[in-house]
Amino acid sequence: MKQKTGLGHYIYIVWDYFYSNIVTLVKVASHTFTKADTVEYPEQMPYLAPRFRGRIVLTRDPTGEERCVACNLCASACPTDCISLQKTEDESGRWSAEYFRINFSRCVFCGMCEEACPTYAIQLTQDFELAEYERQNMVYEKQHLLIDGPGKHPDYSFYELSGKAVSGRAKGAGTQEAEPVNLKSLLP
Amino acid sequence: MSPVVNNLLNVVLILVCVVFGAALLTWLERRLLGIWQDRYGPNRVGPFGTLQIVADMIKLLMKQDWVPPFADRLIFIVAPAFAMFVVVAAFAVIPMAPGVGVVDLNIGLLFFLAMTSLGVYAVMFGAYASDNKYAMLGGLRAAAQMVSYEVFMGLSLMGVVMLAGTFNLRELVLAQADGWFIGPQIVGFFIFFMAGIAESHRTPFDLPEAEHELTAGFHTEYSGMKFAMFFIGEYVSVLMSAAMITVLFFGGWLGPAWLPPLGWFLLKTMTLVLLMILIRGSLPRPRYDQLMTFGWKFMLPLALINLLITSALILI
Repeated sequence: MKQKTGLGHYIYIVWDYFYSNIVTLVKVASHTFTKADTVEYPEQMPYLAPRFRGRIVLTRDPTGEERCVACNLCASACPTDCISLQKTEDESGRWSAEYFRINFSRCVFCGMCEEACPTYAIQLTQDFELAEYERQNMVYEKQHLLIDGPGKHPDYSFYELSGKAVSGRAKGAGTQEAEPVNLKSLLP
Repeated sequence: MSPVVNNLLNVVLILVCVVFGAALLTWLERRLLGIWQDRYGPNRVGPFGTLQIVADMIKLLMKQDWVPPFADRLIFIVAPAFAMFVVVAAFAVIPMAPGVGVVDLNIGLLFFLAMTSLGVYAVMFGAYASDNKYAMLGGLRAAAQMVSYEVFMGLSLMGVVMLAGTFNLRELVLAQADGWFIGPQIVGFFIFFMAGIAESHRTPFDLPEAEHELTAGFHTEYSGMKFAMFFIGEYVSVLMSAAMITVLFFGGWLGPAWLPPLGWFLLKTMTLVLLMILIRGSLPRPRYDQLMTFGWKFMLPLALINLLITSALILI
């Protein structure tokens, strides 16, 4: 390609550069009259999206029982290994966590645990104000994590749908469940 | 009041006002950059955040006064003081209003140019004494940049000098009673404005301290009050450039009577300072060779042509 030369082109380049710079100046100056995108945070809460991922909680089912069945899927899904728990089983046959511990100084709030959870027990909330003076206080035990309500899925009850027999509800007594079929009676 | 007391008062008041004005300018700049970037900027400490400078001052004073063991100790300590000294000394010749001003030299303009030229030594001393590769690169850039921008900075002012026939800044202002020099010397104004920004090494001519490539350039190793002196020196130099442009091109304190002369001077200066901050907030930094090309291949010929045409018009 032949390089353009000559005074005309020189003047064009100069004009082009200055024009674009002046446009920049005017556009930036026009922002004097636009509203700030930021908010003054402690006084005014910023908008948090409905699916914002903040502090992790353990929810309860509509009857007020713990949803967590201590299946360990959240702990194995966790990329930072910040969840640790131990399963226990009560006399009624329900499984639950003996202890459930989340180290929030390692948690990256990725939400993998929530995705992995088969019972909607572990959920991420809108709360992001987790500052502590002591590092050890960042480790939340089960009593700190458990909340009283059902969280995001208010009607879901795992034992109601799972088909597992627990005391008070025999196999087949749940919703969407048929009575167990006696296979032997069907023999010809 | 005796003239001695009057002069002393003048000197002390102007010095205090200039240094505090420069400190306040750090707040103003951060605030304005914030507004132009659609955020708030520092607005917590005091009314509208104006006491932010006090908070900054306390922080900088409380810092350890650290001299790196590998640094050239004497020069390292002298450099920031020198940076501050030259700009404050250059401020001395600026006439602010009738009766307000430190000295009234009949070579005021030359003194100003001399002092701003000395400013490069502060940067080079700081860079050399730091014994740090980033500081070294910053110092090299500062030296080359300031030397080349010095050339047409002086040349751009010669048109004004020819029109007024004097180097005395007070007489230069009075010569603009019939019309500001911005009209006949618009090109000179443009060149001097650019050179002024380059002299105070601010964006888009802040290559000596380009944060993104050289951490902090020539003051990488500085902290605490020594850093603050470089910093305040830079802002005093911004004020000084704006004040100088006011004096040379915008008629200094001249203006309709509904503002006192000092009021006019401050108004014009502040407008120019705002323009400089706006430029900082919007224009990107050129590459180093582009900067030099711009200086030598565009600004210098432009200054010479301006000088030629101005002198030709005066002769006719």
